[in-house]
Amino acid sequence: MVDHSVVGRSLAPVTAHVEPGRLRFFRETLGERNPAYTDAGAAKAAGYAAIPVPPTYLFCLEMMDAEQAFEFLDVLGADLAQVLHGEQRFTYRAPVMVGDTLRFEPRIASITDKKGGAMTLAVVETRVTNQHGVHVADCSRTVVVLNKVAA
Amino acid sequence: MSETLNRQLAVGDRVLHKQFPPISRHKLALYCGASGDHNPIHVDLDFAKAAGYPDVFAHGMFVMACLGQALTDAVPPPRLRTFATRFVAITQLGASLTCEGHVTELVEHNGERCAKLALTTRDENGDVKLAGEAVIAI
Repeated sequence: MVDHSVVGRSLAPVTAHVEPGRLRFFRETLGERNPAYTDAGAAKAAGYAAIPVPPTYLFCLEMMDAEQAFEFLDVLGADLAQVLHGEQRFTYRAPVMVGDTLRFEPRIASITDKKGGAMTLAVVETRVTNQHGVHVADCSRTVVVLNKVAA
Repeated sequence: MSETLNRQLAVGDRVLHKQFPPISRHKLALYCGASGDHNPIHVDLDFAKAAGYPDVFAHGMFVMACLGQALTDAVPPPRLRTFATRFVAITQLGASLTCEGHVTELVEHNGERCAKLALTTRDENGDVKLAGEAVIAI
């Protein structure tokens, strides 16, 4: 079972760089061909100062540049084989573009036991700011922990 | 691209519909590297089997990235305000995904006129893998 006293705990902040090469690799993997994401001129016409990132890429940036991408598992006392991704939410507040340096500040927002303790839902909320101190986004990840139920 | 949004949106309007090719092992390996999500359960068959799964399966965030692409093909990226999904079921290797979205509500969001979209991603059997919602400025 997951220890409920970790609610409110902050995880290590992550500083991530939006690098053009890594972003291209992501786009090519997804077959992204939208000119707003591939062409600087089209991005400018859409109102961006530089190529912006696709809507789920914030999640990737945080994992790529984290010292320990699965730190939340240690805090929850779970391992990779017993967790699933339950929900994911993004709130977009300002553009995130190539060249930006972002700071991710994750914290454990809630922990709820379900199905008589067979599973636990842990919510990790992350505030994201850029190099100018602008609050650009909020991310919320719900991790499902499949508890090892004693026989 | 934003043709749909150039006219008045109404509740019930279908805004997006996009199909994706079957998910290969190669694609999951590429996504593992491209996303920074190195959980072996998505690429290492031995690890997946030891964890009790019959095979590797897609990252939830790979499937959400497909849905996000379908969304921003239809909605200019600067209009996106929120994007959320529930991962309803595991997406199996080989799945051919179809992403759809329609308008459920016209709302005021932080003083801005917005539309709320209901989003789904289904596999080739029609099984829902992701159920989500987006708020877009109109």
